[in-house]
Amino acid sequence: MIAHFPILQVIIPLMAAPICLILKRPKLVWLFALIVSGLAFSISILLLQQVMTSGVISYELGGWQAPWGIEYRIDKLNAFVLLIITAISTIVLFAAQTSIEKEIPKNKHTYFYVLFLLSLTGMLGIVATGDAFNVFVFLEISSLSAYALIAIGKDKRALWASYQYLIMGTIGATFILIGIGLMYQMTGTLNMQDLSQRLPEVAQTRTVFTAFAFVIVGICLKLALFPLHLWLPNAYAYAPSIVTAFFAATATKVAIYLLIRFTFSVFGLSFSFTTIPLQTLFMALGLLGIFIASTSAIYQNNIKHLFAYSSIAQIGYMIVGFSLTTVAGLTATLLHLFNHALMKSGIFLALAAVMYRIGNVQLNSFYGLGKQMPLTMAAIVIGGLSLIGVPLTVGFISKWYLLVALLEQGWWPVAVLILLGSLIAVIYIWRIVEVAYFKEPLLNNKPVKEAPLYFLIPIWTLIIANIYFGIDTRLSVQVAEAAAMSLFEVTP
Amino acid sequence: MLIGHFNYWIVVVLMMIGLYIVIAHGNLIKKIVGLVIFQTSVFIFYISMAKVDGGTAPILADDISQYSNPLPHVLILTAIVVGIATTALALSLVVRIKEEYGSIEEQKIQSQDNLSQDKLSQENLSQDNKILVNQSQINQYQTSQAQENQIQEYQQDGKHR
Amino acid sequence: MLLGIYGLLSAIFFVAMDAVDVAFTEAAVGAGISSLLMLVAITMTGRNENTTRHKPISALFIVIITGGLLLYGTFDMPYFGAVEASINSHVVPRYINDSMQEIGIPNIVTSVLASYRAFDTFGEVVVIFTAGIGVLALLSVGRRPKDDDKIASINDSMSEQYLVVRIVTKMLIPFIMLFALYVQFHGDFGPGGGFQAGVIFAAAIILYAMLFGLSTANKVINQTFIELMAALGVLLYGCVGIVSLLNGGNFFDFNVLSNDPIAGQHLGIILIELGVGCTVASVMILIFFNFAGRKELQNNNSNKNEESC
Repeated sequence: MIAHFPILQVIIPLMAAPICLILKRPKLVWLFALIVSGLAFSISILLLQQVMTSGVISYELGGWQAPWGIEYRIDKLNAFVLLIITAISTIVLFAAQTSIEKEIPKNKHTYFYVLFLLSLTGMLGIVATGDAFNVFVFLEISSLSAYALIAIGKDKRALWASYQYLIMGTIGATFILIGIGLMYQMTGTLNMQDLSQRLPEVAQTRTVFTAFAFVIVGICLKLALFPLHLWLPNAYAYAPSIVTAFFAATATKVAIYLLIRFTFSVFGLSFSFTTIPLQTLFMALGLLGIFIASTSAIYQNNIKHLFAYSSIAQIGYMIVGFSLTTVAGLTATLLHLFNHALMKSGIFLALAAVMYRIGNVQLNSFYGLGKQMPLTMAAIVIGGLSLIGVPLTVGFISKWYLLVALLEQGWWPVAVLILLGSLIAVIYIWRIVEVAYFKEPLLNNKPVKEAPLYFLIPIWTLIIANIYFGIDTRLSVQVAEAAAMSLFEVTP
Repeated sequence: MLIGHFNYWIVVVLMMIGLYIVIAHGNLIKKIVGLVIFQTSVFIFYISMAKVDGGTAPILADDISQYSNPLPHVLILTAIVVGIATTALALSLVVRIKEEYGSIEEQKIQSQDNLSQDKLSQENLSQDNKILVNQSQINQYQTSQAQENQIQEYQQDGKHR
Repeated sequence: MLLGIYGLLSAIFFVAMDAVDVAFTEAAVGAGISSLLMLVAITMTGRNENTTRHKPISALFIVIITGGLLLYGTFDMPYFGAVEASINSHVVPRYINDSMQEIGIPNIVTSVLASYRAFDTFGEVVVIFTAGIGVLALLSVGRRPKDDDKIASINDSMSEQYLVVRIVTKMLIPFIMLFALYVQFHGDFGPGGGFQAGVIFAAAIILYAMLFGLSTANKVINQTFIELMAALGVLLYGCVGIVSLLNGGNFFDFNVLSNDPIAGQHLGIILIELGVGCTVASVMILIFFNFAGRKELQNNNSNKNEESC
């Protein structure tokens, strides 16, 4: 069985989705989905252990050797991302049944779980595969389920947000398809490993250049890199809160994984960064994203909107680290992948709890919430501190590694800009903290109780993880560094 | 060289027509139509890539030696299905949007959203004002209470003396 | 309507390019289902459009850059129809030359789709299933029995007008279904296979539903049953893979499904094509029923408003 883990990682959630449809009763389906997600999580842990000790795992689907068949290729980078996705999905599912009771009509609860599992499958499939066209297929699975999940709630603005996301996302996916087609045309293969060996011969042709451009732009649309981020704030703000908690921590991470995979492993380091001034381009876009998004966050009254903009800023940080193309820079990006997932899902789960108790997440409702929902607000505060980068939290670790990587390469001005970005984060976090702890509740606000246990347990698991991994960084740093180094070995 | 590549250029033109429709038009259904045109032109691109001079359909038969490339056919079969899946989902979103917003023009929908957003921020402002008013009322009440307490103390002091 | 013509033209083009399977699928899906869905959606959302075209300049800008980049990329491509292009000499020769010995069916596209790259096809089935669930999640309407009677009475009065169509359709539907089954099982030897068969079968049911009314169609095949069939199709496909895991091979390794590898391949391919056909047919029917059901809901609501006024 152990040899089949790569495929079981994806197949178990995939087969569980139609079974959920057959099972019908929401509470039963919820338990089933939770167990399935937990299983996927355990498989990812075992996969990571195996990869760290024995190296890359290759799995031939159908028994056909690559490139004639499809290959699943798990290396340290994949395994790390698989771990993050399955961990977040399990933790988020714990609170799901309670959260959707108020945000999604009852007759749609079963569909919610089916779509959730399908979305999980799609993301896992994108990460685990070693075949370029397979990436496209599973990208579409995860995207389609995302569009439906965003629109399934009671808020009508989510419909429009989902439609915009659909249009932009489909254009992005079609761009990726065009890029894959062009790559296939010049090399004759779809397998990523094979492509990396055959692309250098034809690397100087204009077609390959075009292919690269289309793939990168397509991925950046999914990544919400400035200026292609327009779909993200509305989609995250109006989707059911539990959906936001899941996507904020996973969807964009998968896109960053794809970016790293295509630039480092498929096209190769030298082609990606020397033929095209990708380094300066990405650094500039990343910095712009950080500042513009952080500043937009300050003016938001809808707190989910605020943290959505904050997510765009955090993606900017990851892209800056990526643009350095050093082991240290990539380590910082991968670390932030892990840490941001912990931070954001914790914060959005806490917001889900607020939504559950109060019914909206306008800044007004937060007045005096520090006394009424102490544990929930404390979680948001700690998450916010992590976003700013206060020591003892994971946010600090990521920022530290990023700054070190920047200074190593002599990018002093950029390092200063990163610190400035953190200061802006202080402003918007302070807005919430001030209102929650230093103001009295408004007359219109009804008194509320603390969030139910179903919320508090996952929220605090994540927050404690935030602090734990901020102090004991061995696990995350070790894996991130190993993954970064392995990428540099493979490329020609 | 021109003749060798003309098929690709036609495809590019089709693609750009589709892309233009998606971005420029405000009607939601027309956007979807543009998307479908865009996707279908990508299919044509892949299939024209697969054609081999003198080849036939890739179904094995004894008297044929040259076949067209079957791999793009497989990929496009998958892509067609993905395309219809996306279209179906997009159309159902549009139907719901029409029900909820009453219109399928991008501008009308966005103006409705902006209106509700403005209403919310106005409520926020008025809430802030209410707090200030309440706060000052509480302050007044507290100061008057303090004054009354002082008066009572003086009276009691007066009585003692 | 134009979209349907566009789909048909693409289908003809595909045939000219020797892509017969693709042409078949595009004709069924693009010209058939796609136009149908568009028409239903348009009837629900209105045929008129405000002719406000905002931001044409920025759109033109983006389009020119993208188009220019693509054209730039075409210059180094291999010529149209070139035999020595690398795509024809690297991976594909094995498919063309060896597939008869390894898998044993003449249709190379089916052998690639269902065996060599079976996992991609599995992903595709899941995409279709996801879209079906998505449409269900967005548009589903719980059927209440008393509405059914009202709807049935409306339909009875309408359907007398279309007597000729009804009779012809009643005769045609069994043949359409038979054709769907033929396409399903003949996909190994000629163009065809699970997708096309599924779409054709769904078309038969949809035809019935269009003419005899949704409520009657619901009595013949009800929604819960169709949801079940959609799920079972995906599960069937996946279980074939799991059985091969249990028999010692990798996932979707059909060689281990039976003592003789070739027989194993045939068995595997037939089973997964069946799974595909099952899910595709069910999802297409589901999508249509939900669109039409929503339309009826809108009609009923507007009728009720009229009555109450």
